[in-house]
Amino acid sequence: MDKDFAVRRRRDLIIAAALAAIAALTPLFVKDVVVQNILILTLMYAGLSQSWNILSGYCGQISLGHALYFGLGAYTTELLFTKFGVLPWFGMLAGGVVSALIAMGLGYPFFRLRGHYFVIATIVIAEIGLLLFHNWEWAGAAMGITIPIRGDSWLKFQFLRTKLPYFYFALALCCLAWFVTWWLENSKWGFWWRAVKDNPEAAESLGVDVFNSKMGAAAVSAFLVAVGGSFYAQFVSYIDPESVMGFQFSLLMALPAVLGGIGTLWGPVLGAAILIPLTELTRFKFGGSGRGVDLIVYGTLIVLISLALPRGLLSLFSRPKKTGAAR
Amino acid sequence: MGLLYGLIAVGLALIFGLMDVTNFAHGEFLMIAMYLSFFLFAFFAIDPLLSAPLVAAALFIFGAVVYLLLVRFAMRAKANAGMVQIFTTFGLAIVMRGLAQYFFTPDYRSIPQSWLGGKTISVGGIFLPEPQLVGALVSIAAFAGLYFFIHRTDFGRAIEATREDPGAVALVGIDKNRVFAFGWGLGAALVGLAGAIMAVFFYIYPDVGASFALIAYVTVALGGFGSVFGAFAGGIIVGLVEAVTALVLPPSLKSVGIYSVYLLVVFIRPRGLFGSM
Repeated sequence: MDKDFAVRRRRDLIIAAALAAIAALTPLFVKDVVVQNILILTLMYAGLSQSWNILSGYCGQISLGHALYFGLGAYTTELLFTKFGVLPWFGMLAGGVVSALIAMGLGYPFFRLRGHYFVIATIVIAEIGLLLFHNWEWAGAAMGITIPIRGDSWLKFQFLRTKLPYFYFALALCCLAWFVTWWLENSKWGFWWRAVKDNPEAAESLGVDVFNSKMGAAAVSAFLVAVGGSFYAQFVSYIDPESVMGFQFSLLMALPAVLGGIGTLWGPVLGAAILIPLTELTRFKFGGSGRGVDLIVYGTLIVLISLALPRGLLSLFSRPKKTGAAR
Repeated sequence: MGLLYGLIAVGLALIFGLMDVTNFAHGEFLMIAMYLSFFLFAFFAIDPLLSAPLVAAALFIFGAVVYLLLVRFAMRAKANAGMVQIFTTFGLAIVMRGLAQYFFTPDYRSIPQSWLGGKTISVGGIFLPEPQLVGALVSIAAFAGLYFFIHRTDFGRAIEATREDPGAVALVGIDKNRVFAFGWGLGAALVGLAGAIMAVFFYIYPDVGASFALIAYVTVALGGFGSVFGAFAGGIIVGLVEAVTALVLPPSLKSVGIYSVYLLVVFIRPRGLFGSM
């Protein structure tokens, strides 16, 4: 069993490296800007969903409020940049730290809650954040922040003529989130998280520090999501409360992981690879009509997939004898 | 307003309490009810107050059908049952919103001249808008009716029994699916009633449900899952908190008060005010 596990982990790492290499080469063949855009978003959501999966999938604390950290990342970066001239690279780091600290601060009261009470609390706190930013004059209130355009520059992480740097950053983010998950999966934390998810009381009695393992998961998860938020802000170069902290981001982080396979290493990547192009394409094809056909197609697919494959798409690939892998 | 929140939330609480399923399409049920009420008025000139029972009946059928066609299968999921239910009902919500946009267009609509719209009534020197007052009375009546139904009739007792122990109920010959379908129908009918009344004084548009849905979940959770009475009490609290917040904070922040009260309550009582689950 142990040997199997080690083999599987090495195999996962090789597959990931191969996929990343293939992904890195795609811009050579894909010149279409619309397609590049979709690829960037897919990679970004894969990374975000992977980060969400750490807290909600592995540790079992289902959060539908991660838009808060996404928005905090975006806002921290852009406020530092536009008000104090701090470069986005540092802003990104700052956003991550701020989000992680807030996640831990919120963790104190939140992690006492269970089940639906916890989920609703996460939705509610993100909604409070959204409303506060809506009314915060200094941060642009409902008007948001337009990021001043000063031409292509790696220093300011801003590019007008090409999308390639964004593409590679999204890829790097996705790889980072994957690698962190891969690494944590086999660490003390990974085992603690799964124990907490399956049965917190039993875990506690066996000496697992339930509270701190939840806090750790929340901090890592929030940090990575905030970095994604910073990236997104630079990518779209305009932010307002709805467009970075809206409930739809919480969902778009959760959905890929759920569709692909929640609490699995590959679920978020697989889910994002299918869901995000689908979302963008239906929006592109039918969205222009303004009559909601994209919503109908999208919603129907969510219903069908969740009914047909409760464990996520990944369950199609896992052989039944490997009970450990399906977790 | 609080009583209407209560009515919406009671529908949600009933479904949740009965089978531990959260209906994430609850707001969309409300939206459908409001449209129904609007079209009955626009085409047949039936006043929303008269059509309310019709709307409730239509929603009853709709709720039962949703259960039989969709939720029944979601409940059978062997793995990740909670997630499957969340995303099935959530997907349904998205589809319903899309269909509403497709057939009804995203335009805002309102019922211009109903019997109650825009009128106020003076009670002891305090002016109250009539639609809200009628809404409150209907809510109280509906709640009393529901209470009587659950505690005094055979079918109501069957619902309670199924909630307690679905397995044992099957042994005495009660069809679980029929009871559940009825529960969904009843939950939908309650929100239908709320929707029909709210159609008089709210704009009707495809996304209208979303703005009330979160408040409904908060209301149910505030009262405590598994308690129908809690949902009703939660509704009243939410309505009061909203009114007070509107006095001290700018209107755009009025929901912050509701959300903060929810957080405060669950931090002190992690299972809501009257919750058992």
